[in-house]
Amino acid sequence: MKVAIIRYNAGNVQSVVYALERLGVTPLWTDDHEVIKNADKVIFPGQGEASTTMAYLQQKGLDRLIVNLKQPVLGICIGLQLMCRHSEEGDTNCLGIFDLEVKKFVRPDAKNAHDQYKIPHMGWNRLENCQGKIFSGLNNPYVYYVHSFYAAIGAETAGTTDYILPFSGVLQKGNFYAVQAHIEKSGDDGQKMLANFLEL
Amino acid sequence: MLTKRIVPCLDIKDGRTVKGVNFVELKDAGDPVELAAIYSKQGADELVFLDITATVEKRKTLVNLVKRVAREVNIPFTVGGGIGSKEDVSALLGAGADKVSVNSAAVRNPGLINELSQEFGSQCIVVAIDSKYINGQHLVHTHGGRTPTEVETIGWALEVENRGAGEILLTSMDHDGTKGGFANELTATISDLLTIPVIASGGAGDMGHFTDVFTTGKADAALAASIFHYKEIDIDKLKVKLSEDGITMRL
Repeated sequence: MKVAIIRYNAGNVQSVVYALERLGVTPLWTDDHEVIKNADKVIFPGQGEASTTMAYLQQKGLDRLIVNLKQPVLGICIGLQLMCRHSEEGDTNCLGIFDLEVKKFVRPDAKNAHDQYKIPHMGWNRLENCQGKIFSGLNNPYVYYVHSFYAAIGAETAGTTDYILPFSGVLQKGNFYAVQAHIEKSGDDGQKMLANFLEL
Repeated sequence: MLTKRIVPCLDIKDGRTVKGVNFVELKDAGDPVELAAIYSKQGADELVFLDITATVEKRKTLVNLVKRVAREVNIPFTVGGGIGSKEDVSALLGAGADKVSVNSAAVRNPGLINELSQEFGSQCIVVAIDSKYINGQHLVHTHGGRTPTEVETIGWALEVENRGAGEILLTSMDHDGTKGGFANELTATISDLLTIPVIASGGAGDMGHFTDVFTTGKADAALAASIFHYKEIDIDKLKVKLSEDGITMRL
């Protein structure tokens, strides 16, 4: 199976490579349009800031390439946010695959909530209202989050997580999938989600 | 609901795991990668690797060890010990570490925290603070706890948050190695003042100490080493117990 990881100016890609290798797949980390188009699966991972990553994608023509892909595509972390319509981070127009706004977490005012809600949302939290094949064999799995921005809930939400408010932990529309959590670092359940994606 | 985290710490010297009692006497406790995999299977939420002699001996943290761990282990891990520059951090993150922790170098040059968080993102910059109570004051210590400074711990915690740290790893030198419980009061004070997560470290001796540090101590995560290495406490049993005590755990 040919799996392409989109190469752009976002960090933390090495752990996705290792996670795929643990599943017996050696991915190609590339920004070559032909290689990406011809891959069986495409992964769009990374950590970064919305406006600078989006500008880079546009400069390389990767923005148009991604939205026109026909094979299963999986966005991870900033990948999910860039696949939405717009992000509050840097007031950035994103790819618009999912018709959702990405917002910054705002801590509630209540004094006693202080030690409950820290930002970033960092650590293990549960996915609920799980829908679709990406959750095959899993029951509301715990996954590892590190993020300060979140996608709101919408028609394309395929899994939710509750932190300050319920947000989209997983999105799906046609061949496009996206997860906010670092499933490549989410233990055996995260690995199962990645394996489920590879089996689509 | 966000869970509290159990974090085994693997102190590394010459590629092997060690744990010092009050950071002085060192014992050998096995191969780090093997141990990391075992902890992951037992339900550890995260791992910390501290190259404890790196600062003293001016050695670079072992990039090769980080690669081996990243290949094998599917939970997040932090690497610390002797990290003093962007280049160090870049090499470790590039090798697959999820976060790095800085300690002595940040005390020497606090601007390093700003630099690192701007370059790599706050989420992967942990500032480790070793604190000891001296003459009525909590004071930051550097170089594996050997060197006292005049920097006051609580003020320093606030400063590192303002400079862009994503998390604090707070070790109480007074409690470390004693197995008498975590420094709950100091941990709670810092956790209340800060908006970033606090990992409490030093003093774990029994399961009740973990319950205390998550409730009284208001810690977001609890770190321990020897009690896990020498199998005095099993992580899976600990998490079940904490869950029974009403603390949210990933089981």
